[in-house]
Amino acid sequence: MVPSSETPARGAAATLPVKPAGQGDYDEDFNLKPKFATPLARNEREMVMDVRTQDMEMNMGPQHPSTHGVLRLLLRVDGEIVTGAVPYIGYIHRCAEKIGESVEWIQYLPYTDRYDYLAAMNNNLGYSMAVEKLLGIEIPERAMYIRTICAELNRIGSHLIAFGTYGLDLGAFTPFFYSFREREWILSLFEKICGARLTYSYIRIGGVFNDSPPGWLEEVAAFCNDFEEKWKEYNDLLSENSIFVSRTANVGVISVEDALAFGLTGPCLRGSGIAYDLRKAQPYELYNKFEFDIPVGSGRKGTVGDCWDRYDVRMQEMRESVKIVRQCLAGIQEGPTLAKLSAALRVPAGHAYVGIENPRGELGHFVISGGDKKAIRLRVRGPSFCNLSILPKALPGTMLADAVAVIGSIDIVLGEVDR
Amino acid sequence: MISLHVMESIGGQARRAAPGTNWTIDLIEWARKCSLSKWLANAAGYEEAPVPPDWIVAAVGAGIAVGLVLAFISVVAMFSIWLERRVAGRIQSRIGPNRVGPFGLLQSLADGVKLLLKEDIIPSGADRSLFILAPALVMASALGMFAALPMAAGAGFTDLNLGIIFIIAVSSLATIGVIMAGWSSNNKWALYGAMREAAQVVSYEIPLGLSLLVPAVVAGSMNLREITESQSSWSGACWLIFQNPICLPAFVLYFVAALAETKRAPFDLPESESELVAGFHVEYSGIRFSFFFLEEYGAMFIMSALGVALFLGGWNFPGIDVLHGGWLVATQLLVFVIKSLCMILLMIWVRWTLPRLRVDQVMVMSYKYLTPIGLGLVVASAGWEVLVAGGLPFNDRPFWMQAATPALVVFVCLLLGWMLRKQSVDSAAAPFAARSSAPGAIQT
Repeated sequence: MVPSSETPARGAAATLPVKPAGQGDYDEDFNLKPKFATPLARNEREMVMDVRTQDMEMNMGPQHPSTHGVLRLLLRVDGEIVTGAVPYIGYIHRCAEKIGESVEWIQYLPYTDRYDYLAAMNNNLGYSMAVEKLLGIEIPERAMYIRTICAELNRIGSHLIAFGTYGLDLGAFTPFFYSFREREWILSLFEKICGARLTYSYIRIGGVFNDSPPGWLEEVAAFCNDFEEKWKEYNDLLSENSIFVSRTANVGVISVEDALAFGLTGPCLRGSGIAYDLRKAQPYELYNKFEFDIPVGSGRKGTVGDCWDRYDVRMQEMRESVKIVRQCLAGIQEGPTLAKLSAALRVPAGHAYVGIENPRGELGHFVISGGDKKAIRLRVRGPSFCNLSILPKALPGTMLADAVAVIGSIDIVLGEVDR
Repeated sequence: MISLHVMESIGGQARRAAPGTNWTIDLIEWARKCSLSKWLANAAGYEEAPVPPDWIVAAVGAGIAVGLVLAFISVVAMFSIWLERRVAGRIQSRIGPNRVGPFGLLQSLADGVKLLLKEDIIPSGADRSLFILAPALVMASALGMFAALPMAAGAGFTDLNLGIIFIIAVSSLATIGVIMAGWSSNNKWALYGAMREAAQVVSYEIPLGLSLLVPAVVAGSMNLREITESQSSWSGACWLIFQNPICLPAFVLYFVAALAETKRAPFDLPESESELVAGFHVEYSGIRFSFFFLEEYGAMFIMSALGVALFLGGWNFPGIDVLHGGWLVATQLLVFVIKSLCMILLMIWVRWTLPRLRVDQVMVMSYKYLTPIGLGLVVASAGWEVLVAGGLPFNDRPFWMQAATPALVVFVCLLLGWMLRKQSVDSAAAPFAARSSAPGAIQT
């Protein structure tokens, strides 16, 4: 083969494209360019009081106990007051969506466990429903009941973590252990039904992997009874604590307009006073059969849309989930739990979007099938990713300790932000 | 302090306040008289061993005292750490350390060994000398505070007339060490911790000092031993909080301010792990870190002990006066330590129950509420002493007044307990129907 002038000869040193100085993150002198749109401003006090002050930039994360994972926030601070914030993400990016294009439909299920590892059942459900929509198959009723029970129990478990870690963010350690005590029971219930405690892959395309073991539903009922009592304890300990209220009420207020403009969903949106819940707005599975309320932020302790409201919405949702689980237990009948599907699943060509109500908001799966064993495209709309986008808007003006409170009240899971 | 005191004693100016105070001199006298000294003196051609110069006596006394304090503070701190972890375990429905030694009592020792063996890291950008000096200064302040504590009648290290002032002054030294640590670490989080510590401790020294003035006014002395002794009547139950009704709120004020002084939750802003990672000691590791840790628990013990000595009768306890001699001193010491540990228990309980305040709320609490309250309490206690009690010492007051004051205190405590009784908060009581249609709610 004769090397042409266009293609460099094999072995010849390929010249890598080098960015000219001044482009990218560095300026001509190879100093890091400022990350904020406006450069660090000298304070007016410099002129008035002859004191020279300057805002400081500091990195919060990726190794920081209160960023809930490997989120890095570049904060600009004036003493204790945050004047700017830029979130940096991608520290646990695992190409989940791209992997979805190279593995078979069924094989992708375990990857969904790993975006929001606190609500893996919900993730399984979202993906399965998207594929089922393309397949156009009927799901057995008992499977739908078990799916709903698992999804709601997982929602309680996820909100328990949100509750516990929120206390931890604000310096209250004990609620964290209480919440883990109850979450432990939920995890052991999941272990009994599917053998896994964190990444379940239990809800499958066409139903659930296997039927619930004998006695499992009775134990779920026992959990519901026990949990309602424990839930009151949480409120005594944290929700109504005056220090907790003073740390969260009127802090990090997200207005209705901002919440809509930034595409917030889930408790963050409902905390701002909008009763939007996909389980009511676009009822899927069996949710239109059940009686339950959508808690919204009421501004009971401060302003509508403050941290306390978002926290309170989660607390109330746990109670609503218990209600739904109780109704499932009352309505569940014997029957098959998995629709008959071929092992090498071929999905009819087309595209489908299914959004479900994850504990953190709308988890959407968009799949395009070419009629083959694999997806052509698979994209995920992650609630944490969208909710996170409010931080640059919500943080400026708060204090450093409030920044922690706001991040905690958004309740992000970085596994799902980065995927 | 010990050295000053010993030098005074040798000069013959200091009175022997209590038996055992001048044990250093007794020890040196004994050493002079012992046969080995005599033999050495004879060998050197002297009649008997020469009286050592003052500075040697002072140095020996100081060395012994520092050794004793170090041993005591280490044991107390280790026990407090164990107590904290076990109590926290109880509160959090888990077990806590229970593997090393009986009930896990030696866990702190094992941790200490681990910390000793760990690599001592000094960050490359740190200010080396300040970084090394800071934990030593912090530790020195904790040791120094012990000097003025009246642990039992005659068993204190020294007998200062301004004991209260001395303890407050020496406790402030720790702040300088913390600021040095935060500044020299070359870490912004550490700097935040140091700045918060400076602001907080300076602010809370005012209410703390004011709350300490109340017992000083009531007892008519700044000498911790004298204040403790003034609480010894009624066979040891005549504690200051029973002598004057103003002392009870002063004690509460003292407790709150002491929490802030010792950087305990809900005032643990300088080392709040959820905001500042670890605050001022974020860059410290190994044994240098453990100095900060020991100081925290040492300071907790001293603040508790000061509260015990000033408000809760110190070493006095009903029925303790049937004992005599060494048994009395040992029991007094035990009573004092147990009372202090009870206060530490209260601090631990508070820590594992409450969330943390924000920095501006901490400042507001000090300047807007605690300081005016403290000023009011000082005036009120003086007014009570002069106008109601007629300036008489407590034992000379009419019997009805001696009986009425504790009755009032007990009544107020019961009233407060009734008012603050557990009221289970059931947020679910607010119906959702009403809350979903709250103004501003957009229904979809």
